[in-house]
Amino acid sequence: MNPLTLNHYLLASGLLFSLGFAGVMLRRNIITIFMCLELMLNAANLSLVAFSRFHVGMDGLPNYNAQVLVFFIITVAAAEVAVGLAIIVALYRARQTTHVEDIQSLKF
Amino acid sequence: METTLPWIILLSPLASAVLILLFAHRSKSLSVALSLAAVSTAFGATLLLASSGAVVQTAATWVDLGPALHLTIGIKVDALTRVMLLVVTGIGALVHVYSTVYMAEDAGKSRFFGALSLFMFSMLGIVLADNLAMMFIFWELVGVSSFLLIGHWFTKESAAKAANKAFLTNRIGDFGFMSGILLVWAATGSVDFGGIQQNLGKLTSDPTLLTLAGLCLFCGAVGKSAQVPLHVWLPDAMEGPTPVSALIHAATMVAAGVYMLARIFFILEPSPVALAVIAGIGATTAVLAALMATQQDDVKRILAYSTLSQLGLMVAGVGVGAWGASMFHLFTHAFFKALLFLGSGAVIHALHHEQDIWKMGGLRKTMPKTFLTFAIGTLALTGAPYLAGFFSKDAILLAAWHKTTLVFCAALFTSLLTAFYMTRLVVVAFLGEARTPAAKHGHDCPAAMTVPLLILALLSVIAGYEFFAGSIFGTELFHSVHAAEHVSLVPILAVGAFLLGTGAAWALYAGKVKDPVRIPLFGNRFYIDEMYAALIAGTQDLLASFSGWFDHFILDGVFVRGLSGLTWGVGYTLRLLQIGNLQGYAFLFGAGVVALFYMLIK
Repeated sequence: MNPLTLNHYLLASGLLFSLGFAGVMLRRNIITIFMCLELMLNAANLSLVAFSRFHVGMDGLPNYNAQVLVFFIITVAAAEVAVGLAIIVALYRARQTTHVEDIQSLKF
Repeated sequence: METTLPWIILLSPLASAVLILLFAHRSKSLSVALSLAAVSTAFGATLLLASSGAVVQTAATWVDLGPALHLTIGIKVDALTRVMLLVVTGIGALVHVYSTVYMAEDAGKSRFFGALSLFMFSMLGIVLADNLAMMFIFWELVGVSSFLLIGHWFTKESAAKAANKAFLTNRIGDFGFMSGILLVWAATGSVDFGGIQQNLGKLTSDPTLLTLAGLCLFCGAVGKSAQVPLHVWLPDAMEGPTPVSALIHAATMVAAGVYMLARIFFILEPSPVALAVIAGIGATTAVLAALMATQQDDVKRILAYSTLSQLGLMVAGVGVGAWGASMFHLFTHAFFKALLFLGSGAVIHALHHEQDIWKMGGLRKTMPKTFLTFAIGTLALTGAPYLAGFFSKDAILLAAWHKTTLVFCAALFTSLLTAFYMTRLVVVAFLGEARTPAAKHGHDCPAAMTVPLLILALLSVIAGYEFFAGSIFGTELFHSVHAAEHVSLVPILAVGAFLLGTGAAWALYAGKVKDPVRIPLFGNRFYIDEMYAALIAGTQDLLASFSGWFDHFILDGVFVRGLSGLTWGVGYTLRLLQIGNLQGYAFLFGAGVVALFYMLIK
């Protein structure tokens, strides 16, 4: 028997998501925050793939809908990275810093 | 012919006023010539009209809004109109001639004559009008020309203020007049005298409305004829040039109120309350003004209060139902009061604008012609037997005797006071010794000023007799003057009042160099002006502080500041969310998503 159940995957995915969320909330370096954001996305991907694997239909095939959604997330994440990194580069050129605490001029 | 004459009378002064305003104002002599020509034309046409004795009724449609409102520019000439026409154009012509000398040196001579022509046009419009709407328009026009002429020397602050005061005080009365016209129109559906008379039944069926309408119309007369409580403007109006005082503020315009009351008497007659109020106000004005006149030192002001008092007498006459007697008194009063004003003008002119009677004295010797005419005018006004004022005052006294003892007593007391203050004026100014160098060098004025005086003096003597007044009034109207049954006691009492007043003043003032009697209450006009000033200042302060409060707290506080404060407060609160921390935003964003999901899934 496969000792790994869906709950294990979801637990791992939840841990990853929490780690990512904690990183986004707590880290000060904007690139690290960005990486943590990717971690959160991939945590979601992991749970989706796990759902797909454990939802086998009547025909014995996994439910591919979840996997299609994963591809979407990867595409969007790639686009987001392209735009986000470009913004970070522009921000660094303007401010010579990647620390979020130094970037708060939109405060009232 | 008869229908064109009134139009000529009405429009020739207008033509003169327009021509002076548009073209002739640069040339003084041309302006004077135009004005004189216009007034002579009007006078000539009036004589023709009066001698023909025609009764004219003609109208041109002005506004036609179906049966509800049909306004005309119409003319109505009857016996009453003829009397007023003769007074206005006759005295107007004399005043024009007199003014050519009196205003000779004045820089604004063209303006003066232009305004005088405008006044003649407006006044003749009132006299000729056959409906209340047209009368009201000309009523306002005399107000305007009076304003222009009182403020002729507008660089003098007191004159400018007097002009404003006259105009504003008249507005109060005119508001009542207009309300009265609207009430009458609402009730009868007509504003012309004939139409109102036909539909009078609709008005008399409601006695309250009738009284209200009558009193509202009377308000117009209170303003224009300067009755208590709106009398305050007339003494101040003496800031205008003296010929203006003679023509407008003694003989014609201020009498327009009495004329109007006579015209609309058929509306007043069915309402005993309205008549009682009119009689009361007239009698009050007569007595109060006469008391005020006894303590004035300015020659023109004495005459102004005298005018007030006599107008009060006329209004009281209307109030006791004797409008014929009032018109008769108006007619004679116009002559001798114009004479007195022009005489005082001659004195003022000769003494280089000295108006204080205590700085005159002895003018009998230096200005004999002026003295003679002034004395005749005084006697006529005070009711000396067999002069004009005696007959007309007698008619009013007689009517009052038959109607109300109270009004009769007031009128008799007024006669006594009139004799007193006029004798005081003559004794102080003309008799005794000259008290100032200016008075010592007095001299009679040129013929253009003395001839009108002589003509008016002659008229003041004969105007009361039937051969003169009867021919002008027409037999029917003249006999209505003497409708009241004759009581021989009345003329005896009147003569007694005259003798008593004259004698008292003579005894008190002959040979005095300063006033032996000082009654501040009379000298300060019963403090009515001060009371009004305080009242107006009080209400104004109250109103101003209230509007200030309203502006500051309601408009500024609630609306302007409230709106801006609300916006600012909301903005300030929302601003607190802009913490400027990336992770903060991310947290809020996450929290928002969670909240959204919670709400969707719940």
